[in-house]
Amino acid sequence: MKGALLPLIAGAALLALPFVYHAAYPLHIMVLILIWSFAYTSWSIMGCFGLVSFGHGGFLGIGAYVTALSWNYLQLSPWLGIPLAMLAAAVVAVLIGYPCFRFRITGHYFALLTLALSAIVLQIITATRDITGGSLGYTPERYQGGSSIYAFQFADKHTWYLIALGVWAAGLLIRYAIDRSMLRYALEAIAEDEDAAAAAGVHVTVEKLKITVLSAMMTAFAGGIYCQYQMFISPDTVSGIGVSLQMVFAAVVGGLYVPLGPTVGAAITILLTETLRISFGTAAIGWDNIVYGALLVSFIILLPQGLLGSLFPRLAMAPVRAV
Amino acid sequence: MLGIFDIYFFEALLNGVLLGGVFALLALGLNLVFGVIDVVWICYAELIMLGMYGMYFLYVAYHLPFLLAALVCIAGVGVLGVVLHIVVIQPLLGTPPINQLLATGGVLFFLQSAATVMFGIDFRNLGIRLPVLEISGMYISYARLLAFVAALAGMVALYLFLARSYTGAAIRAIAQDRQIMPLMGVDTRRIYVITSLIGGALAGLAACLLVLQYDVQPFVGLTFGPITFLICVLGGLGNMFGGFVAAFLFAEIISISGLYLDLEWGYVFAFAVFVVLMFARPQGLLARRS
Repeated sequence: MKGALLPLIAGAALLALPFVYHAAYPLHIMVLILIWSFAYTSWSIMGCFGLVSFGHGGFLGIGAYVTALSWNYLQLSPWLGIPLAMLAAAVVAVLIGYPCFRFRITGHYFALLTLALSAIVLQIITATRDITGGSLGYTPERYQGGSSIYAFQFADKHTWYLIALGVWAAGLLIRYAIDRSMLRYALEAIAEDEDAAAAAGVHVTVEKLKITVLSAMMTAFAGGIYCQYQMFISPDTVSGIGVSLQMVFAAVVGGLYVPLGPTVGAAITILLTETLRISFGTAAIGWDNIVYGALLVSFIILLPQGLLGSLFPRLAMAPVRAV
Repeated sequence: MLGIFDIYFFEALLNGVLLGGVFALLALGLNLVFGVIDVVWICYAELIMLGMYGMYFLYVAYHLPFLLAALVCIAGVGVLGVVLHIVVIQPLLGTPPINQLLATGGVLFFLQSAATVMFGIDFRNLGIRLPVLEISGMYISYARLLAFVAALAGMVALYLFLARSYTGAAIRAIAQDRQIMPLMGVDTRRIYVITSLIGGALAGLAACLLVLQYDVQPFVGLTFGPITFLICVLGGLGNMFGGFVAAFLFAEIISISGLYLDLEWGYVFAFAVFVVLMFARPQGLLARRS
């Protein structure tokens, strides 16, 4: 029971926050951190087993655009649009993942292939500019003044904070559930040695597909939620290689093998961007990414366990050695 | 509707071949580095981007003659390759491949935004207008022809170096067996540095040729980075000849679908073909079934 006390108190404090504290801007930052934390957590459930995907920018883009497009063109409420987007992401994940895993495309090959996937999703969004607005971005239509449960649009930040908190907590729960499941053992065995795992009766393709599809669907969900919150999406903010790398960066800096790592990574990256933006204004454009890039490289070389993983090694699951 | 034997079709076909030469050059540098050092430079296209900026400033701001600027650019990007190897890759050589991928991904981020901060997001070009050749009704850009010829020359030079020189033999030997060669008295560190130098120089050569056809901007690497990775994977990472074949295949797909649809769709088609081919030949086009 003692171990459960701290998370409970922290959870209660987070839950109470919007009722005590009303400033809009800090709440907005909190919402962003929570939503992106969920997205980064979705990446990390694959990444921590040595499955490095640079394609999650693609899944995020699918999530955001399918949600927005089905609302505007098919009048499909996001309550159905977001599941539809998740389904689409799952289909793409299987389409890419099945040949990869079946024919043992791992490591470098897998990373490069998924990198291409995120580039292609960006290309498709840009190429279909008549429908998606191309690189100018896209806005879901407002419904009844922008506040409606049916349209999943809420004008006030407090509602969004609570939604984002719930989403974030769900992400953590999924991560914990995976850490305690048979899937984890199977995937760790695969990460150690695919042949040995297969010989021991692990169905390599199926186990890898499971985690990939789950991760892709969660990422698409994050894309849909982000779209509903911001009410504006553009190819560069929800898809492409930049977004993929940003996810990787946050997860690695926070600590890939610690469940809370991606959250810490999201907090660091978003606070860094916002601080630079407020202090330097438009002169700061690009500087945040310079810092990200340099930090990512130095973390990989000096602190590969990430910030949390290095500070609190006991929080981490045993790191998996990728082959 | 355009007929199959339309003159435009042949023009697209020919342009595809020329484009393929440049793609092959792009893939060659990446394949060489992977084959020898077993590391993928995710930031390869960003090295090319820096080379293109180098060409722009040398040629436009410092008024160097084109050929001299090209030589400086090739040497400069070669040195960048060495710096990349010593600063980022060398400390990570013994670690899992995921770390090397992530680190060069970080370098990609870094270089892209450093270019944004330093040079702004304006599109720049050399302002050279090369003539367009007309061959029996087909229009072929001189810049592409030049790029094709120079790319081929670069590849032949690399082939001769690898095949004929002592260092080249050592590089090939390391690519075949990384464990044994140090025991045979080959200094792997030195060979890695030389390989990075050559890999960088090939990126520099590509930069000199691409700057004649494309405007430079910080994100120009994203236009041909992903396609280079697809080519390398399809050809089989580290397999230079496979990369060569895949380069021409992709160039034709992009060029011919660009004739009927937008250029972006060319890339999408290339990706679709890629996924289908990966089902059939997962270890690369020319891989022997094991």
